[in-house]
Amino acid sequence: MTVTSAEKDPVALTLTITSELATTVERAWQLWADPRQLERWWGPPTYPATFVDHDLSPGARALYFMTGPDGSKSYGYWDIVAVDPPRRLEVRDGFADDSGEPNEALGSGVMVITLTETADGAGTVMAIESRFPTAAAMEQLLEMGQEEGMIAALSQVEAILADTA
Amino acid sequence: MVVDRESETDRLFHALADATRRDIVRHALGGEHSVSSLARRYPVSFAAVQKHVAVLEGAGLVTKRRQGREQLVTTDVHAIRRAARILDELEQRWRDRIGRIEDLLAGDDHTDIDTDTDTDTAGGPR
Repeated sequence: MTVTSAEKDPVALTLTITSELATTVERAWQLWADPRQLERWWGPPTYPATFVDHDLSPGARALYFMTGPDGSKSYGYWDIVAVDPPRRLEVRDGFADDSGEPNEALGSGVMVITLTETADGAGTVMAIESRFPTAAAMEQLLEMGQEEGMIAALSQVEAILADTA
Repeated sequence: MVVDRESETDRLFHALADATRRDIVRHALGGEHSVSSLARRYPVSFAAVQKHVAVLEGAGLVTKRRQGREQLVTTDVHAIRRAARILDELEQRWRDRIGRIEDLLAGDDHTDIDTDTDTDTAGGPR
């Protein structure tokens, strides 16, 4: 089991998951920095992710979509807040429409990834700290990557709500 | 003062952004607490706590009822349980991702992987 801890706070809406990987910090960084590698693990095989834009420079926006079994696409974005290769990446993440425009209705969260050597120097500790804006945004995240076709209906509702706001 | 047309998202985010308010939510999970008893927990005035409670109530995190001269505050357990349930699922999502990362790393059969260039293994699993 490589996941060493999972801390959840249902009041602050945070999740911190820590794992130990049998590889170097530099190699672990490539999991995030190389979009083709990221695509191999971000989404499940039934709901793969494709990164359209992936520039990890502060101020840049990365854009990806996940394709469901029925071909429907759900878009997400990362606004790069801070980056310190190969050790730390901080992004504001949220949902986007299919033109890449952020969907402000659900708000954006924060995700901080830190990579450090294990005490024995043989591996890498990867900590991912997520802070979510709302329970609704967390539910939307779950829909991305779940096999039910609910996401399409939900995003239509969101679009309608965004239009009438 | 409170903006008239603040969105639900903004209210919730704002409500949870303050450490005292998060503490009130946790404390009032155990049952009803009067505003005056809550005020004794924090080095702030009764009026300040009353204001915190109003923000939390506006965000749907706590409910308030009057009993005589007291205002009793309870955390909306359903809202917190719902969040806890979603966090459990998101944890599972990350466990699955880390499992895929392990598989990917196990596919690195050479230790001299050149991380500066795309290797032909980066395109997909063989």
